[in-house]
This record gives sequence, structure tokens and C-alpha cells, in this order.
Amino acid sequence: MAPLSDATTDETQDDAPAALPGDGVREGIIDNLRSHIGDQIVDTKITPNDDLWIRVTTDGWLAAGQALKEAGFTYFCFLSAIDWMPSPYGTGENDPDAEQKEPDTAIVPGYTGGDTRLQVFARVTDLNRHVGVTLKADVPDDRAVMESWSHLFAGANWHERECHEMFGIGFDNHPDLRNMYLPGDFEGYPLRKDFPLLARMVKPWPGIVDVEPMPAQDEEEAPPAEETS
Amino acid sequence: MTLTDRQQLSYIASQAADARLNVELETEGMTLNIGPQHPATHGTLRIICRLDGEQVVWAEPVAGYMHRGYEKLTEVRTFPQVTTLVNRIDWLGSFANEVPFILAAEKLMEIEAPPRAQVIRTILFELSRIANVSLFLGDLGVQMGAITPVFLAFRDREYILNLIEGATGGRFHPNFDRIGGLKDDLPKGWIAETRGAVKKLEEFCDTIDDLLFGNEIFQSRMRGIGIIPADIAKDYGLSGPNARASGIDWDLRRDQDLPLSYDLADWKVWTHPDGDSWARCWIRLQETRESCKIVNQLLDQIPAGPVMTKVPRIIKVPEGEAWVATENPLGEMGYYVVSKGGLGPFRVKIRSASFNNISIVPWALKGVYVPDVITILASLYFILGDIDR
Repeated sequence: MAPLSDATTDETQDDAPAALPGDGVREGIIDNLRSHIGDQIVDTKITPNDDLWIRVTTDGWLAAGQALKEAGFTYFCFLSAIDWMPSPYGTGENDPDAEQKEPDTAIVPGYTGGDTRLQVFARVTDLNRHVGVTLKADVPDDRAVMESWSHLFAGANWHERECHEMFGIGFDNHPDLRNMYLPGDFEGYPLRKDFPLLARMVKPWPGIVDVEPMPAQDEEEAPPAEETS
Repeated sequence: MTLTDRQQLSYIASQAADARLNVELETEGMTLNIGPQHPATHGTLRIICRLDGEQVVWAEPVAGYMHRGYEKLTEVRTFPQVTTLVNRIDWLGSFANEVPFILAAEKLMEIEAPPRAQVIRTILFELSRIANVSLFLGDLGVQMGAITPVFLAFRDREYILNLIEGATGGRFHPNFDRIGGLKDDLPKGWIAETRGAVKKLEEFCDTIDDLLFGNEIFQSRMRGIGIIPADIAKDYGLSGPNARASGIDWDLRRDQDLPLSYDLADWKVWTHPDGDSWARCWIRLQETRESCKIVNQLLDQIPAGPVMTKVPRIIKVPEGEAWVATENPLGEMGYYVVSKGGLGPFRVKIRSASFNNISIVPWALKGVYVPDVITILASLYFILGDIDR
């Protein structure tokens, strides 16, 4: 049966594969952003033919979002945060019988660096050029508050609520930072690395010993079968 | 549970708003609570609507009844163990959830699955889309009191679930995708079976098209209701069929370079200019047909060879960050994976489609009539596990 909307069949675009953006496009994005908020850009990174990261200062967070939106990045993908401190409880993947190593406490940031423990990152996409940018900014250690994007991208509202609840990062000018998942009087920020995953601490996960032995492959190195329950 | 100051303030403000409404309009404002357990909500989503007569003046979805903390759990698991978790995000199209995570891990390891595995991945991906969306098409009728389509949907979806079970061993949670390829090759006779099942699903699409989309009541409940313009949709990050129904020509299967085999098939990205409930449902119907087409074409093009590339027995992913998103049944599903060179991920941000798709509900429900609340929610189509993760 034919679709009823008159415009339906006419409005559908041809399905010729669109040209994928090259690294030249990504460099152009950085140059364009630099001309708007040049002094706020701390570092950039391009992985060849893949992706683009831009790190801005804490104060430049809102301005960077604004400049990107004006440059055509109108599609809001996500906003979240990351805690770069290694978990003091380990990753739970270690052999529980083995000697426990001293947990690593050095904060090592990822792509484009970082000076503080918490970092927010967000991704916006240009739907015409088919290119996305991951924007990062440090969250100050002494006062974990960022400028809210919710008036810039309406979709950031819920993402910031989630971020506030899970990482304890405040967002200035956010209309409603209520909890999304947890009870209102919940204490602690679950996605911070120093929040213990209690279920895993009560009963350690077999982790590394939970590897199925491959048939007829270095049997003597394979872990004992009873550990794999 | 004690109320926090903010909750108390918002309660007082809402009472004041009610009082103001009563004075200005001389009608009695009413707060209608839909859910958390309600057939119209696809799970445990609660919607609080403040009504003025028959009109919604304010609506707020309350999610979180199914929060399972997957982002935290991934941090204490190894990379291969994470697929078990992400299977359960959108449980109607589980295989599709595994693919972007595995692709992100492969991107960091700089390996690629062999061509045979890529084609089989794409076929299973599209089959999970068909399984997911066929249930949506049946469920659509139930929201408006038509019972028959849902029986048809459950009957015909079973053909696809049997295929997924035949290939992977799991009906709902396949856990079949591995870093570097697939767990197993396809079983004997599976390709012929798939052709038969896809034919049945194409017939199912025609039936639904006649039965539901050709129905006058369905049309009058759907057309021109819940219109979302393209700029609002982009602002909220609506993706997948919801965005394409608003005229946004954006499909991650076509618009990015991933090691999946969509370019081997001849298919079409449908968009619709209207942006109403009807458009969102119609786009999904067309996409199911396109998926059938993709599967049919790819079945002829499965290359010979292994389904698994050489990977170490204990997988360590090199240090780095990667973002991979795919066009899942519900929309853009992506994983931002940060690895520190260990056995497990350091941080995984799960960007699920329904979270963004539902965040538009307060905007979309403002000013609509109560019966339309149900159809708008149905046409936005969300899976609770995909909102709460």
C-alpha cells in the first residue's frame, strides 16, 4: 500500500554514500574554533581518519559549546565525566589468591591531557559534514562545578543530571539537578573511583582465572577447571 | 525517606502552580500518574502529568526503576566479559548492543574481524533490528486497543528469534560477538532457513501496513500528533527513526566508516518530513523492510574464510580512547571506551538511544490531550533498559 503522505516519496534523499570527512575537515574545525575562542583551547588530538578531541579550559566550556554549535555542530550526542584517579580497590580482575599489589594512585589523564582528577567530556556532531567532536574540560578540584550546557543543547539537561548524580559535579544555571536513579538522600557518587562496588568486595570475582582453557592448547598453563564456575 | 530541601521546594512550587492554574482558568488542575506499572509504558517508566481538563500542561518522566549500574560494573570486568552486560541494555535487539563495544575494543587494538565475520555480524545485527522493530509494530496496535497485531508480531518475531538462537545459542542474549570475530561459524542450513524467515517477515510488514497503517482510527490517532521539528530533535539528540521521521537524513549505517558490510547491499535510508507520530511509526515499518532487503542480499555474499582473527588468549587492550556508535534499532548507540592498557576498561560511557529519545518527553507532551500521551510515547519507542542502563 502506498504511503499516504504526499511528500513522503519525494522528500527521501538519494542513498548515494556521502563522502566521509578527512583529516583536513577536522583540522579546519580546530582552526575555526581557534579563531573564536583561541585562548581557551588547551590541546587537540586527531586520530588519523577517525576522530577528533579538543580540550578547553574550565572557563571556556560553555563558550566552546556555543562556538561549535554555531559552526554547525547542532546535534547533541552525550555529555559525561570521567574520574582519572585509579580505583583504590583495584579492578577486581586480579587473582584473589595472588599477592595483592600496592594499588596505583598516580592520576594519568588520557587523550589531550588533564590537570585535575575529574574531567567532563561531551560529544557533538555535525550532521551535514558527518563529523563529530569530543570536547573535554577539567573540573576544578576545589569546587567541582561547571557551566551548564542545558540552555545551549536541551538534551544536555538529563545528561548533566546523571553526571551530577554519578560524579558529584555541579552545573551552574541548570534548571533542575534532581537525582535520576538514586533516592534523594543517597550519599556518595557511584561512578567516582573511590566509591566501592560492595558486591564485588564481599565476594571477589574470579576475574583473570575465569578464562576457559582452550582445548589442546598449553594445558599446563591453563587455570584449573574448578576455578571457572 | 526524608525529602531534601530541593524536593520540598519543588513540591511547594508545584502546589503553587496548581493554585494559580485554578484561579486563572477556573478549572481544577489534576495530577495524573501513569505507571510505573502500566501497559502503556513498556516497562517501569513512570510519567507524571499535570492536567488542565483534558490537556497536559506539564509532564515529567521518572526513570531509574531499572538502573543496574553497567558503567560501574564494566570497570571491574575484563573486555570479553563486558558483552554479557551490554546484551541486557536493549534486550529486544541484544546482538546490536554488542557490536559497537566490540568494534571500539577492536579499534583500540587496531585489529579487524575477517570479512566473513563482518558479513555475519551485519546479518545478525539486522536480524536483531527486525526482531526488535517487529515487536514495536505489533505493540503499536495495543496502545490503541487493537489486539490482533501483537499476536501477529509475537508469532512472526519467533521466526527471527529461532534464527538468532540457531546461530548464537541465545534467544535474547546471544553474547556471540568476540573481539576479533565471532564465537562460531553459522550452523548448517541456517542460510536457507533465514531466507524463509525473512520472507515471512516481509509478509508480516505488508499485513501490518494494511491492518494498522491503513486503518482509519490509527491514522486519525497518529497523523499530526506529537510533531517534533528537526531543530528540536537535534537539540535533544534524538537519533535513529525518531530523527529521520523529523526529516533528518542521518543514518550511522551509511554515514560513517565502520568494518560492517552495509556497503555490499543496495538499500535506502528513509526520511519523512512530517515529524509526527505517524511518521515515526511509518519510518520503522519501512526500515524493517529495508533490513529484510539487506539480509537477503548479504546472505548471497558471505565470503569463505575464518570467522575469528588471531587474538591473544588473554586480551589486553592498549592504552587509548575510542568512540564507536552504530545505528541500533532504537537509534544511535555508542560506547566511549577508555583503556589504560589493562585487562578491563578504565571507563565506559554508554550512550544509549532511548535516554536521549525520552528526554524530549517533557517538551513533546506539553499541551497534548491525554489519549495522545499514549500514542506519542508509543511512537517514540523506548526500552527501559536502554534508558536506565
